[in-house]
Amino acid sequence: MTFAATHDMHEQATRLFRGKRIVNFAIPLMMLAYLAYIFFAFDIPGLAQRASIDNARTLVGDSYSYKTHVEYDARSDAITVAIEGERKGTYEPGTGPGWLSFDGDIVRGDLGRGHVVTFDDGTVTYDIPDYGPITATPSRNGVDMTFPQGDRTTQPDWINASKNRLAVTTDQGRLTVTRTRAELFKYDYGWELFWFTLDSPFHGKSFGELVSLAFSSDRVVPEKSNIAAMASDFWTNKMWRHGDVAWALFETVLMAFLGTFGAAIVALPLAFLAARNFSPLIAVRFGVRRVFDFVRGVDALIWTIVLARAFGPGPLTGALAILLTDTGSFGKLFSEALENVDEKQIEGVQSTGAKQLQRYRFGVIPQITPVLLSQLLYYLESNTRSATIIGAITGGGIGLLLTQAMITQKDWEEVTYYIVLVILMVMIMDSVSGWLRGRLIGRAEGH
Amino acid sequence: MADISAQAPITTDDIRHDYMAMTRRKRLYSGAILAIFVALMVAGFDLADARNAGGFWDGWHNILDFPAQVLSEAIEKAPELPAHLLTFLPALIETVNIAAASTLLGAIGAIVMSLLATRGLARWPRLIPVFRRIMDIMRAVPEIVIALILIFVLGGGPVPAMIAIAFHTVGALGKLFSEVNENASLKPVEGLQSVGANWSQRMLLGVIPQVAPNYLSYTLLRFEINIRASAILGFVGAGGIGYELKNAMSWGQGKFDEAAAIFILLFLTIVLFDQLSSYFRDRLIKGRGA
Repeated sequence: MTFAATHDMHEQATRLFRGKRIVNFAIPLMMLAYLAYIFFAFDIPGLAQRASIDNARTLVGDSYSYKTHVEYDARSDAITVAIEGERKGTYEPGTGPGWLSFDGDIVRGDLGRGHVVTFDDGTVTYDIPDYGPITATPSRNGVDMTFPQGDRTTQPDWINASKNRLAVTTDQGRLTVTRTRAELFKYDYGWELFWFTLDSPFHGKSFGELVSLAFSSDRVVPEKSNIAAMASDFWTNKMWRHGDVAWALFETVLMAFLGTFGAAIVALPLAFLAARNFSPLIAVRFGVRRVFDFVRGVDALIWTIVLARAFGPGPLTGALAILLTDTGSFGKLFSEALENVDEKQIEGVQSTGAKQLQRYRFGVIPQITPVLLSQLLYYLESNTRSATIIGAITGGGIGLLLTQAMITQKDWEEVTYYIVLVILMVMIMDSVSGWLRGRLIGRAEGH
Repeated sequence: MADISAQAPITTDDIRHDYMAMTRRKRLYSGAILAIFVALMVAGFDLADARNAGGFWDGWHNILDFPAQVLSEAIEKAPELPAHLLTFLPALIETVNIAAASTLLGAIGAIVMSLLATRGLARWPRLIPVFRRIMDIMRAVPEIVIALILIFVLGGGPVPAMIAIAFHTVGALGKLFSEVNENASLKPVEGLQSVGANWSQRMLLGVIPQVAPNYLSYTLLRFEINIRASAILGFVGAGGIGYELKNAMSWGQGKFDEAAAIFILLFLTIVLFDQLSSYFRDRLIKGRGA
């Protein structure tokens, strides 16, 4: 090698390195520039204004705690106790959770840490340790209130007092008194009434008691055995609607199942028409391929809208939307797999005198089955997620329940419950499809 | 094996008999599985039909009514169509931007997560199962769940959709990337280690150059999927073309020409990015073989 040649090579290498160096810096710079553009295009600086910290706080707080309302109505002189203030969670008059005690007309609420609220003949007393008792009486002329120290203009931040309204907010609870009523909120951890609602005889029993009841022959509900009564009370729980939720989950999986396998059944014969080595007519091949491209390009969103117009909301609409979109995807995948089959096997089958259909059955199908199945199972899992989203648009399955619960903007514990269920559902579908793939195709995927 | 020689010699008839018995059994099994499958499909469609608001047999002849209506209105107001297309172009760009930004952020996150979850490369080998679980959960959360929650907290607009899609993308790409990482050669990593490179230098200089084409190929595929996702999320209130589509749909009859314009834009965008991504993926794979 001459000196000139080495010199040239050196030059080349330097140039190459310089080029690479520029590229290596240019790519991150371009990404950064794009993200900077997005930063302003999406108005992220203005996000802080639009974001609502209060909403976030309600959401997080609600997802792991619940509140019990104790409400005194001055007009009817009656006290109602209700969980989350809902009719479904209202206690019978004269009863309530353990921290409330009833003594004739006097209701005493022990909020913990020495905080005690007493409702007595229209007057509410909130006794706060290290501060003293506050009393308030709703009346037509405003709220009559007394404080242990000072008057209503000189109270600390956590007491909000005006002529017609008193609000006391502590870590233990919240008391609001207006001219017509007094309301006490107490927050507790957990999901209220998750197992049994108040009208069920099993409400408030400990796990041990329930187990012993389940095996005891003394029937709580005369017409049913205890286990059946428990199951039916749980299933028809009005607050959480476990039965409806289970149906919704099932509907979502059903949509994914019908959509995926239906699409495979439709796409397989069409894929033969679109594969170069099985379909001699260019026109047919071209036509079928464009059909695949079209149904895939229209996308599940538009199919859902179009189909919902014809069939109304429900699981069938969702299943058909998935079926149509995936017919395109499968058609493309299957026809590519068909174009890659080995001709030798088909010739072998043919040499035994097999007819056209038998050649396909024994020469082609066994070759593409592994590819086909592994794609099918992969799509089944991903379609479970799509079915949740499509359900939210078209109105079916768990997606619908999720959007409904979110629109009310207060039942965040239900939203949390649905989210946990959705994640579990997708993860179970993922492991089931992985397990099936392992069983059907063998651990070593592909060839 | 020793028993065989002691027994009577095996005739072709025996072999044929055994073979036929095995074939019959196999055929019976696959027949049974097929029958169960068909029964499940029929029962499933029947049930879905029963739980749907409108039945299939009542509605199937109406399928074309809505597209026909949209089409006829679009043709009727054909001169206005280009103007509509132009009106909705910014919304379309927003949808594509949501997809692109979330794919970019998601891919960066997925690279880090996948390196942390690959045996032999992980920074903290003990935490590999933890990172894998995190990716599983991120993958399992449907975008719509995060998007709806963030819309409640952050207000409508593209940011909730971007975060939601990016979150899911980290999980989905992370799994694929870690499969790619497992096939990467460890020699460059060891070489770098021997000269005292720290973990991020080893990954950046030793692993990423090996796997970058594969990463890019999967990311392009994700981008294609994310465009669809971002259009759908728009429909539930996250901005972009989906939101416009929802508005156009809710105005109802007489305004379907706008819906038609959005359909056209959406269709063309999806097809365009489909083709682009498959072209570049093709080139990446072929380029690597050379």
